[in-house]
Amino acid sequence: MGYNCVVLVKQVPDTKRVTGQAMNDDGTVNRAALPAIFNPEDLNALELALDIKDRFGGTVTVMTMGLPTATDVLRAGMFRGADQAILVTDRRCAASDTLATSYILSCGVKKLNPDIVLCGRQAIDGDTAQVGPQIAEKLDMPQITYVEDLVSLEGETIVIKRNLGNGWQEVRGQLPVLLTVLDTANEPRVPRAKRLMKCKAAKCRMEVEKAAKEDDSIDVDAVCKDLEDRGLLIRQWDLDFLEADMQWCGRDGSPTKVHRIQSVVLAAKESKDVEPTQDAVETMVHELIVDHTIG
Amino acid sequence: MIEVNKQGEVWVFAEQRGGKIEETPLELMSKGRELADTLKVPLAAVLLGDEVSGLTEQLARYGADKVYVAEHPLLEYYQASSYAKVVDELIHEYAPQIVLYGATPCGRDLAPRVASSVKAGLTADCTDLLIGNHEIKKTGTVYENLLFQVRPAFGGNIIATIINYDRWPQMATVREGVMPMPEPDVSRKAEVVKKTVHLSQTDLVIDIIAEHMQAKKVDLKASRVIVAGGAGVGSKDNFKLVWDLAHCLGGAPGATRAAVDLGFIDRDHQVGQTGTTVRPSLYVAIGISGAIQHQAGMADSQKIIAINNDPDAPIFGVAHYKITGDLNQVVPMMIKAIKEKV
Repeated sequence: MGYNCVVLVKQVPDTKRVTGQAMNDDGTVNRAALPAIFNPEDLNALELALDIKDRFGGTVTVMTMGLPTATDVLRAGMFRGADQAILVTDRRCAASDTLATSYILSCGVKKLNPDIVLCGRQAIDGDTAQVGPQIAEKLDMPQITYVEDLVSLEGETIVIKRNLGNGWQEVRGQLPVLLTVLDTANEPRVPRAKRLMKCKAAKCRMEVEKAAKEDDSIDVDAVCKDLEDRGLLIRQWDLDFLEADMQWCGRDGSPTKVHRIQSVVLAAKESKDVEPTQDAVETMVHELIVDHTIG
Repeated sequence: MIEVNKQGEVWVFAEQRGGKIEETPLELMSKGRELADTLKVPLAAVLLGDEVSGLTEQLARYGADKVYVAEHPLLEYYQASSYAKVVDELIHEYAPQIVLYGATPCGRDLAPRVASSVKAGLTADCTDLLIGNHEIKKTGTVYENLLFQVRPAFGGNIIATIINYDRWPQMATVREGVMPMPEPDVSRKAEVVKKTVHLSQTDLVIDIIAEHMQAKKVDLKASRVIVAGGAGVGSKDNFKLVWDLAHCLGGAPGATRAAVDLGFIDRDHQVGQTGTTVRPSLYVAIGISGAIQHQAGMADSQKIIAINNDPDAPIFGVAHYKITGDLNQVVPMMIKAIKEKV
């Protein structure tokens, strides 16, 4: 018994600490210049999945698409209690927009045949909130967005409370279902020291290969086998393994392109000092009327 | 997949709830009209629901040349699967070149589901839309009359202009309150196109068991003028200054998180990262020091007046008019000046 949950997580640049070096000349993001963090609402999605596992049994798998460095968020998921971690990585994923990303991730989810797919409502780098509903469509699953609370889960029937900003809604659906979770849904648990000690050794094959380049004594196959036996091998899936149709992946699969990027300078272009006198205030009000700001 | 075509219409998804069109899609009609005129194609509204054809006249008055109406008892309440199915069919049937949705909770739920099934591009939360050309420098290929989809990204640190040139429709959700509400023109009429809906109970995969919606007490996003107070205002009683100035400017009162936490005003009025993001024509910051979290929610305002007795307050860094002085004196001066001039 129990439910098999897949949590889709994303490593994101910490957009609260953006500096001038954050953008490349071609308008893409220079991820190397920014601290990378676990997308906040994906932690809430993970927490809900772990809560379901704690209450009803089952498994929690964390999956992400990205470079091998994205395994940091997979390990962070394992520290908190995920049973299994999967990295979808392939050069041909590069330049994927939300449509291509959702196609690729949906191919990954399909391999696991879960009861519940969970993701954060949106990621803080793009704030689009598109990948969740797009994956639901590709998997022909109902989507329940803006999840604030799991009201009940009995057999194949799930009842969810959604927060719509100006009100709430309680909805009932049948599994399998995709949920997008809000930051107000729960308080993500902190990793337990014991799990952290155990899981910090978790690696994907590419990471082992990288280590082997610097240390001849490492036998990649043997190390991966050992990690797998201990439940610490992060699965590494490429587009061939996913049997993905290349026309829907990467640049070819992405209808949206970037025309231009401008950085925002948080400063007024022209500023005037206004004396705290009636005359000066009247002059200012007059200017605002003349330029149609008010009136 | 919809092929690129230059005669495709401009569509606005006319989100309705309980037989009333939401404000954001009505706002979108002004921008939709402008885009359709530039492209010399019709502007159409797409209306789904149960017994909603009475709303077509309103959509005509707000600028629609055409209204596609899909009525069915199973469309009475919005849900992603059934609505996306109908919008998807309409798009395949009529091949519009642009489809716009309000970035409302419903629009942000529906649009990606449609984008996935049509295999079209979608840009979220646009703050501006315009028509322009895109050149690919390497090949010299020029794509003309594309929809430029302008949106903030990266937590508001950059403004990105997104396009799609090899697949139609070009789709975007547009933030609430950024497009001006059009003036309704009672003489305008629209062609009504009825869409036959094929839905069965199995298309309704979600049951809505209970719902509670509340009207917001204040609509900061829709306000042209916002007068906001911070902790520096001092007390709930003194916050009357903020209300008075807002009232005489025809604006809405706003507040910083600190002022809300101190109980000066209700949380509905909070501007900033954890409150509402606003970009009014005029933002008056009274007794606000200007923490970055507050600036993130208001720095895009077209004109900013800051009143603070601390000349080093960070808010002055984004202000167009900087008044260093006692707010208890300056605010009444402003009220007097406005009452005399306007």
